[in-house]
Amino acid sequence: MNPVMKWIHLLGSPPYFYRFSGKLLPWLSVLCIILFVWGLYGGLVQAPADYQQSDAFRIIYVHVPSAWMSLFVYVTMAVAGAIGIIWHVKMAEIVCVTSAPIGAVFTFLALLTGSIWGKPMWGTWWVWDARLTSELILLFLYFGVMALYRAIEDKRMAARAVAILALVGLVNIPIIHYSVEWWSTLHQGPTVTKFDKPSMDASMLIPLLVMALAFQLYYCIVLLLRMRTELVNRERNSKWVNDLVSP
Amino acid sequence: MKTIRKQRLFLIIAMVAAIMGAVAFALNAFNENLMYFYSVTETVNGKAPEQQAFRLGGMVVKGSVKRPGEGLTVFFDLTDYQSSVTVNYTGILPDLFREGQGIISTGRLNEKGVFIADEVLAKHDENYMPPEVAESLKTAKSQAD
Repeated sequence: MNPVMKWIHLLGSPPYFYRFSGKLLPWLSVLCIILFVWGLYGGLVQAPADYQQSDAFRIIYVHVPSAWMSLFVYVTMAVAGAIGIIWHVKMAEIVCVTSAPIGAVFTFLALLTGSIWGKPMWGTWWVWDARLTSELILLFLYFGVMALYRAIEDKRMAARAVAILALVGLVNIPIIHYSVEWWSTLHQGPTVTKFDKPSMDASMLIPLLVMALAFQLYYCIVLLLRMRTELVNRERNSKWVNDLVSP
Repeated sequence: MKTIRKQRLFLIIAMVAAIMGAVAFALNAFNENLMYFYSVTETVNGKAPEQQAFRLGGMVVKGSVKRPGEGLTVFFDLTDYQSSVTVNYTGILPDLFREGQGIISTGRLNEKGVFIADEVLAKHDENYMPPEVAESLKTAKSQAD
């Protein structure tokens, strides 16, 4: 076995993962805070006002990263669920079930900030166009995953059921992304995530990408924290957890 | 990979593919209902519903916005660069409403072919730039013309 595969196998062992993530977390947190400060300062202070929306466009620095993350977390959840089903990797099951509430928060944030922006700009809080509706369905999918996991007593069974639900809902992801291109919607088309050059000035785009990276790291941190809690809870009767509590 | 794992991998791929296929057919069948608005040409050609309210999307023609009297009533023309239709609206317009901007309006056509709007929403485009860049683009464009 090559060293990388060996290390991935090692990460699958709960005590090793617990120790490793504990060492990684402070570094990730520092990096995440630096990126947030940079991104927020760049977006809210340095970036120029938009030619049409003036300062109101700045909500993009929260709205767009949350919307991207809402999709990214869902794909992560579904892929981890599939790995859990196929190879019975316990750690992948845990990634799947602990990602759901984080993704739900990102989705909620995207819907909320979009709504706050929509009222003055479009003239309405909410419309039932393809983009907004499919994003709302994503929020309900996350709620479904969270509820299903709690409804089943046996946690390994629950993780498998949740993975199937997550994989079924995966169909919604391309629908959300392409909704603005396939159908006429009130929501505008993509600015950054397309094959063309981004339709955004570089002075505004760079803080947005920094914020996207900060959100990504934030997800990693919260995911690791939630995974550690879930691990300790599941293995509370094992020796390594007892050693951890009473050395 | 062991056979049983291969089987599970294949089953999952088959399941996701089958669901994607089914949803693609369903969305294709409901395509018209998923369209949020009718274009101006569709409306002029009588494709939009006649008796009930519908949404109409298009660009506000430059120089067409007229306000007869003191009130909130406003007339303007909407176009999709092929045909155009006059819209009559009484109410507060959103921030992004301006000439040359895309809007979506809910209402119905009267006998004269004028669209009586109950609601006007501004459609934002995907372009973001500082005012100076927009200004220089504008001058470059007028010089090219």
